[in-house]
Amino acid sequence: MASIRCFLRSGKSAVSVVLRREFSKTSPAAVQVNVRDALNQAMDEELERDERVFLLGEEVAQYDGAYKVSRGLWKKYGDKRIIDTPITEMGFAGIAVGAAFAGLRPICEFMTWNFSMQAIDQVINSAAKTYYMSAGAQPVPIVFRGPNGSSAGVAAQHSQCFAAWYGHCPGLKVISPWSAEDARGLLKAAIRDNNPVVFLENELMYGVPFDLSEEVMHKDFVLPIGKAKVERQGTHITLVSHSRCVGFCLDAAAVLAKEGVECEVSVVL
Amino acid sequence: MQKMLTIISNVLRGSARRNATSLVVASRSYADFTPEATFDIKKVDLHRLEEGPPLTATLTREEGLKYYRTMQTIRRMELKADQLYKQKIIRGFCHLYDGQEACAVGIEGGITLSDHLITAYRAHGYTLTRGGTVREIMAELTGRRGGIAKGKGGSMHMYTKNFYGGNGIVGAQVPLGAGVALACKYLGNDQLCVSLYGDGAANQGQIFETYNMSSLWKLPIIFICENNQYAMGTSVERSAASTEYYKRGDYIPGIRVDGMDVLCVREATKFAADHCRSGKGPILMELQTYRYHGHSMSDPGVSYRTREEIQEVRSKSDPISMLKDRMLSNNMASIEELKEIDIAVRKEIEDAAQFATTDPEPPLDDLCSHIFANDQPFEVRGATPWTKLTSTS
Repeated sequence: MASIRCFLRSGKSAVSVVLRREFSKTSPAAVQVNVRDALNQAMDEELERDERVFLLGEEVAQYDGAYKVSRGLWKKYGDKRIIDTPITEMGFAGIAVGAAFAGLRPICEFMTWNFSMQAIDQVINSAAKTYYMSAGAQPVPIVFRGPNGSSAGVAAQHSQCFAAWYGHCPGLKVISPWSAEDARGLLKAAIRDNNPVVFLENELMYGVPFDLSEEVMHKDFVLPIGKAKVERQGTHITLVSHSRCVGFCLDAAAVLAKEGVECEVSVVL
Repeated sequence: MQKMLTIISNVLRGSARRNATSLVVASRSYADFTPEATFDIKKVDLHRLEEGPPLTATLTREEGLKYYRTMQTIRRMELKADQLYKQKIIRGFCHLYDGQEACAVGIEGGITLSDHLITAYRAHGYTLTRGGTVREIMAELTGRRGGIAKGKGGSMHMYTKNFYGGNGIVGAQVPLGAGVALACKYLGNDQLCVSLYGDGAANQGQIFETYNMSSLWKLPIIFICENNQYAMGTSVERSAASTEYYKRGDYIPGIRVDGMDVLCVREATKFAADHCRSGKGPILMELQTYRYHGHSMSDPGVSYRTREEIQEVRSKSDPISMLKDRMLSNNMASIEELKEIDIAVRKEIEDAAQFATTDPEPPLDDLCSHIFANDQPFEVRGATPWTKLTSTS
């Protein structure tokens, strides 16, 4: 069932290509893509588009990614652009930020965001604050990405959600998508953005398939960062969520719809 | 140019730490001053290296005057900052570099401005050698709009082209420097990155992580440990199990250099730069130096060391005096000429201080600007929910 979607204007002007649809359309050549593949394709396209983009992190190259998100990229791009790092988050996050200082566009993968705490100083103090402290002289075009939040039975140390932590830091753009379309469009936007972006994925969403239209599959499809989105129209109550919990909200909305309560499900991206 | 071997003098510099003799070989020409002279410099200690930098350094008159002027400028600028801080015109953190001038000037003498450099918070000297002006630096210390970071960075966050600050978090700048070196290698531009840290930072874990990755990937990085004997108030004996910082890189070749002699530093840097540019990967340099001031302006600097110690270094190993003596005793410059430079430097500092004291502070809107790069202006909440400020990129 194709959901009606539209993008809420939140008072900020649009920065990049925005899809505005007032009416639902049955997408012509819809393709089923899961979130993992959407992220993989997004990175592949951006690596191809800009020579300065490169990926580093633990197991991203020869292992094809701890969660297979970077599958095939090392075979295609080689050692120079897909770099396996030792298990030294603080060190390689710092190296990634330094590379961004010097003009490259790194994607720094944390195996999970829990491990980012080893490197949180580099994310906040070296990446987020530098543009401000240098009064605009030193931009930091870096993307930190990886799975965040709940997983299945991995215990407390591997299940923390960092959205609130990073979301409160000025200078960082924090993104937490749900669907494959959002993951794709926002990761591409994040890589093209000249600011440090914290991209929070979710391990349990990686395998979930979504229908993506031809338009979404275009190699220049980007979504604007910072705009919320209505996934389901409703009139009685609004449910606001991000990442995996959007799915639960939609399920809840379906249950309530049977009782005549129409929920609007809004996604904060 | 005719060269005649003339031994003019042996200048003995004895001190507890140093035992160098300068043997001067002067070349005569028809000009009044000696255009160039070669000096013996102290041998460096080597780690995992068969050969080190040369044992002699050639200094031209031009270079000598340039190094003298730059070191004197740094010295006077730091002393002026001390004065302004005591007058409460500079506030916040202020970490002064006087005593260590030979490091900044010597390093710059061994690399070019197209190479990259990153250091920690004792950064005023490097901001100058990397292209900043005294005016901009002082105005940044006083937090005015004419400052090198428009008043928003302060003492620890000054940036110029190919100079990445000025970093407040101890040790964080070292992986950042390796990242810059990675970019140099990635882009294939034959540039390198000099990444500085102090004896205190040398114990940071992230530095060892950086040693590992730089070696694995053969990054063109020169690690430089400026060992001024004290990490804030903790002496090297009290903070490090091994105080041989040039060996701490383990598998990384290292050299230990007299950091009070600008020629030693320069030759060592050239040697290290050659090592990097030939693709051999990282190299580590320990510069043995000394700071006259305390750790920062809030530290008198005498509770953990004696005044006698400071005085002794000042009288026996001062970098500016050393260069001055060398140049004078080899007829490379006259006392009057050097005095003129002193006067010119003093004037430059006075003008800069004047500017730094009278320039207006940044406008209120700047409080929220430069949060994001290349973005449209957006509204930011001010101190209360109903005050809005506009943030521009």
